[in-house]
Amino acid sequence: MRRVLGELVRYRSAVSGLVIIGFFTALSVYAVIAVPYPEAIRLWRGGEELWQYNPRAARPEWVNWFLREDLPRTLVVEGTSEVWSARPLGGEVREAMGVLSFAYPYRRPPSELGVFLEADYRERMPQVELSWVAPGGPEVRIAEFAVRRREVYRLSSDPRLQQELGGRPEVVLFSPPDRPEEAVQGQYALRVRAYLFEPDSEVRVRLVVYGEVHGLAGTDHLRRDLSLALLWGTPVAMAFGLVASVGSSVSTLVIAALGAWYGGWVDGLIQRITEVNLILPGLPILIMIATLYSRSLPVMVGVVILLGIFGGGIKTYRALFLQVKESPYIEAARAYGASGLRIVFLYMVPRAVPILVPQFVTLIPGFVFLEATLSVLGLGDPLLPTWGKVIEDAYRAGALYVGQYYWVLEPASLLMLAGLGFTLLGFALDRIFNPRLREL
Amino acid sequence: MALFFTTVVGIYLTILVANMGGYVDQIKRAEIREQVALAASLNEQIRRLPPEVRERVVAEMIRVEERRLGLDRPFLVRSLIYLRDALLLRLGFAERMTSDVGSRLVRQILLDRLGPTLLLFATTSIFLFFVSVAMALRLSRRYGSPLDRLVVALAPLSTPPAWFYGIFLILIFAAWLRWLPFGGMVDAPPPEGRWAYAASVLKHMILPAGAIVLTSLPLAVYSWRTFFLLFSSEDYVDLARAKGLPGPLLERRYILRPALPTLLTNFALGLIGTWTGAIVLETVFNWPGLGRTLYQAVGLADTPVIVGATILYAYLLAITVFLLDVAYAIVDPRVRVGG
Repeated sequence: MRRVLGELVRYRSAVSGLVIIGFFTALSVYAVIAVPYPEAIRLWRGGEELWQYNPRAARPEWVNWFLREDLPRTLVVEGTSEVWSARPLGGEVREAMGVLSFAYPYRRPPSELGVFLEADYRERMPQVELSWVAPGGPEVRIAEFAVRRREVYRLSSDPRLQQELGGRPEVVLFSPPDRPEEAVQGQYALRVRAYLFEPDSEVRVRLVVYGEVHGLAGTDHLRRDLSLALLWGTPVAMAFGLVASVGSSVSTLVIAALGAWYGGWVDGLIQRITEVNLILPGLPILIMIATLYSRSLPVMVGVVILLGIFGGGIKTYRALFLQVKESPYIEAARAYGASGLRIVFLYMVPRAVPILVPQFVTLIPGFVFLEATLSVLGLGDPLLPTWGKVIEDAYRAGALYVGQYYWVLEPASLLMLAGLGFTLLGFALDRIFNPRLREL
Repeated sequence: MALFFTTVVGIYLTILVANMGGYVDQIKRAEIREQVALAASLNEQIRRLPPEVRERVVAEMIRVEERRLGLDRPFLVRSLIYLRDALLLRLGFAERMTSDVGSRLVRQILLDRLGPTLLLFATTSIFLFFVSVAMALRLSRRYGSPLDRLVVALAPLSTPPAWFYGIFLILIFAAWLRWLPFGGMVDAPPPEGRWAYAASVLKHMILPAGAIVLTSLPLAVYSWRTFFLLFSSEDYVDLARAKGLPGPLLERRYILRPALPTLLTNFALGLIGTWTGAIVLETVFNWPGLGRTLYQAVGLADTPVIVGATILYAYLLAITVFLLDVAYAIVDPRVRVGG
């Protein structure tokens, strides 16, 4: 073991492979600890409520490092009628005035504007009037409506407002008329005038100025934070690759050894099953099982292993074991009366480990990509966020057509990197364990 | 004989899976019951009958309908009938899908789709084969050179499947540069004239073919190179080289010739192997081929189409293996059929 490690360090590719694998392992551990499984599923599938303050299809924040001008971030400004100046209008009616003021430092208009209102009342809904003040500009009336307990007013999707302003509200309200698409920097304000008809009635207002960048990884078409999916995709990909690869290669090895040792009909049967399995189209079978039976990850892993057990590797191993079977130390074991199973598991299988280890490492990326392939076809686990699923979402939402490249590139580069790490390590291991290759 | 047996078992297993072990039959029965109940409730004559007579009539209608679809027999028997029909290439009728001209014949649907798949994958495979062998031969003679090291270093590029590169290619050449189409097989509407049509198809082929080449070429060159190196370290090659034979002759007669059986096997099996990869690639590129049809058929649980596509695949594999045996005997006199 130490010898192997010592030799590994001599290969630069192996070291970089190990570094990459180490990074992904650490990330998986972090993901599982930082965002426990139920929490991850809640955050990913929770619903609009959880994501409503995120911008839609926003690029990751780090793109600002590469741009001459910063893309706007999301701003959330809050206010409550409790602290606003209120004056009684006779009876139980009060008028409360509030200003939600914020500095806007970006030169591009925001991507969307939304006002989230909450009201306390018993019978009569409070009435609000909203108006907008741009730096050095006049006050522009925006809307007037009664507030239910929870009200979301999206300026950007109000057709009446759009018609009145003569353009998209989030652009017109931020840009001077002569230079559209270029925002004026400075202090903006949303003025709120609320009419409260009951003594303990109250209104809370939250203005969200949606930006064009969000978080480490950006968001998707549902405003979901992609960093969660990318983070949680890591342990899923690692686990799927590792379990499927170890499961199928170890079982293949054992079955090949059993066949070689017992020979006769056992061997014949194993050979026939292998041939049938080679004729069976693997991916279509997987797709059928995913569509017709179940799409959960454990089931898929099981099927992948089942299909992999009798893979092409059996023939290679069998040839090796047939040689091993004739070697003197096996004969010695037989002479002192070791049982068949003992010989198979303690004497024959370990002999194949040098072939097995590099092979299972090289197999891992294939399975990682297989999971992604199934996800891209829409057959991924229905609950878990995975890299492949992010690609599928992006593909379905036409991310490539509208230029949201980050959405595809992020999961794709993670996949690529993970695949590369295992392949590099596998190739190097292959050279160490099978020195004959080194001369070539 | 053994080949035939494995093909039969393979096809039978597919039939079992595609029918969900008989569960699809139950779905169909439920559908029939619902349809008949609906038809009965809409039919004036039946509605006017007394309840017990009406029930009998409805039950009779269900029975006739099930009999028509062969559902009155147990699934085990039905699966064997499926198998017999499949082996005789009596592919029957699709349940939901139709061919381009609206035919329900599975044979027609598959034939429609076979062309595009063959066009894309056979062309690419042939191209790949010749390019990789030629490159590998060059490299094996100059092994250890910077170019050779580069190929060895690039070999891990073959890990991702073709669709993965496909997405990147679409991103660069279709979305960003806008040089090539996003997918499909011809422009819509298809251009007039044979040449314009061919040019349009060719333009649509570049990206999917490029994706296949990207994913297959590095590993193919790498493994062929290693393979040729093994051959060129044989004594008789050294002898020939010592005799001063020119390089090309050496390559042709002393390296390529003994390697021919392996080359052939790999080419033929690779040709068929790429077809399974076709499912995702064709879906990503919207290529109207067999793979995408199979995927759609699975989505619609259209068993006859699934079974038909699988049989096509299994038969092609079996035929290839058989032809390979024959080809071996021709290219390599040391091998004799049955020996």
